[in-house]
Amino acid sequence: MLLISCPWCGEREEPEFGYGGQAHIAYPADPEALDDEAWAQYLFFRANPKGPFAERWVHSAGCRRWFNAVRDTVTNEFVSISRPGELP
Amino acid sequence: MTEFDPGAGQQTGQQHPDWLWRTPDPRRSYDVIIVGAGGHGLATAYYLAKNHGITNVAVLERGWLAGGNMARNTTIIRSNYLWDESAAIYEHALKLWEGLPAELDYDFLFSQRGVMNLAHSPQDVRDSKRRVHANRLNGVDSEWLTAAEAQKACPILNISPDVRYPVLGATWQPRAGIAKHDHVAWAFARRADELGVDLIQGCEVTGFLRDGDRVVGVQTSRGSIRAGSVALAAAGHSSVLAETLGLPLPIQSHPLQALVSELLEPVHPTVVMSNHVHVYVSQAHKGELVMGAGVDSYNSYGQRGSVHVIEAQMAAAVELFPIFARAHVLRTWAGIVDVSPDASPIVGRTPFKNLYINCGWGTGGFKATPAVGWVLAHTIATGDPHPLNAPFSLERFTTGALIDEHGAAAVAH
Repeated sequence: MLLISCPWCGEREEPEFGYGGQAHIAYPADPEALDDEAWAQYLFFRANPKGPFAERWVHSAGCRRWFNAVRDTVTNEFVSISRPGELP
Repeated sequence: MTEFDPGAGQQTGQQHPDWLWRTPDPRRSYDVIIVGAGGHGLATAYYLAKNHGITNVAVLERGWLAGGNMARNTTIIRSNYLWDESAAIYEHALKLWEGLPAELDYDFLFSQRGVMNLAHSPQDVRDSKRRVHANRLNGVDSEWLTAAEAQKACPILNISPDVRYPVLGATWQPRAGIAKHDHVAWAFARRADELGVDLIQGCEVTGFLRDGDRVVGVQTSRGSIRAGSVALAAAGHSSVLAETLGLPLPIQSHPLQALVSELLEPVHPTVVMSNHVHVYVSQAHKGELVMGAGVDSYNSYGQRGSVHVIEAQMAAAVELFPIFARAHVLRTWAGIVDVSPDASPIVGRTPFKNLYINCGWGTGGFKATPAVGWVLAHTIATGDPHPLNAPFSLERFTTGALIDEHGAAAVAH
């Protein structure tokens, strides 16, 4: 089980959190300009690295706030955790 | 007491060969290289040789043969998927399974003991009955069972209304069942080897040889090997391989956990799966209860998951089968599964010429093993997808022709 450090509440156990997948995916600035290929990339294609991965978590059973993290997908070590809009 | 006699087996026909296949060094080039010696890679090599006469083939494996998800799955075989495209490919697999023990001359304990998918809510019941009807239209054996009928097929099933999620009924596929996964891999490996395929273990593919947009070989931990065609069958590591070509895949890798109990007397005669409470259970021939969970939520390549997932899975199992409360867990483990957005696989061509992909089977690849081999071999041999895998193209994420099997893919996505 992961021990995750919520930036507001501190260390809590994983079942308190929801997972949000890859972080920093912005909604297309000009959606009507996207062709099918670009929509496919936006909707379905996400990074899937073996190593450091920028991802989102939400503290569902705590403060209910979203935050960003960089976690190593092999060791599960959290490299950094940051509030939205903050640099890690 | 008779003393142990190592030669005694010879009189009873129990003699085993030291090895079922050769361990050749890689040659400089092959007609076809398959990356990954799991069930899918081995079956592909077998059908390339058997159906298409292509035997100058190598299967490259970074670890040992069938040591990834082929060694970690819960061995369930069924074809009761909702959509026409899925029913077609999984039913083709089931028909092949029915002939393979004889064809491969290997008794891998294929047991058509039936698979039951439980319904626990009115919506579950509606969805399940719809799937039964869809299955029957596609020639897949499928029935609706009331809770009492489900208990008749599996007497230890708890159908009491006094639980959190009572069993309201179940779908039932009598021809579905289980098989001994390791033996399936060894059966394909032995035959492929006999037909001339080189099975090369301890040979990690680290990149590809390219000539423009054409793939002409692979770079490995044992040197470069040229190839007419290359096919990827690397499951949870597909993204890592494709990344070396700058080829994005709509795949996320997650741990999927399972566990076995100590050996018990036969108590569980079928396979029981529940989407709703997240567990699937059968009893192996040897006696272990084999149970699978849902995927862990986070991306991972670590081949281990979180214990609360096991805890939830055991809670579900004990509610469905109260007698399991006194069984002991022998071991738990995880495999890394390649989950696609629509819970359906990707099998076919890539933007690179002569590079073919087979991935996205997520939590359900074992049951499809022979069909994957059949259609991927066809795709490699002819350059065009087989009608059974044509719908499962990489392009469907651009065209929008998704095949949403989140319901029938069952527990894990």
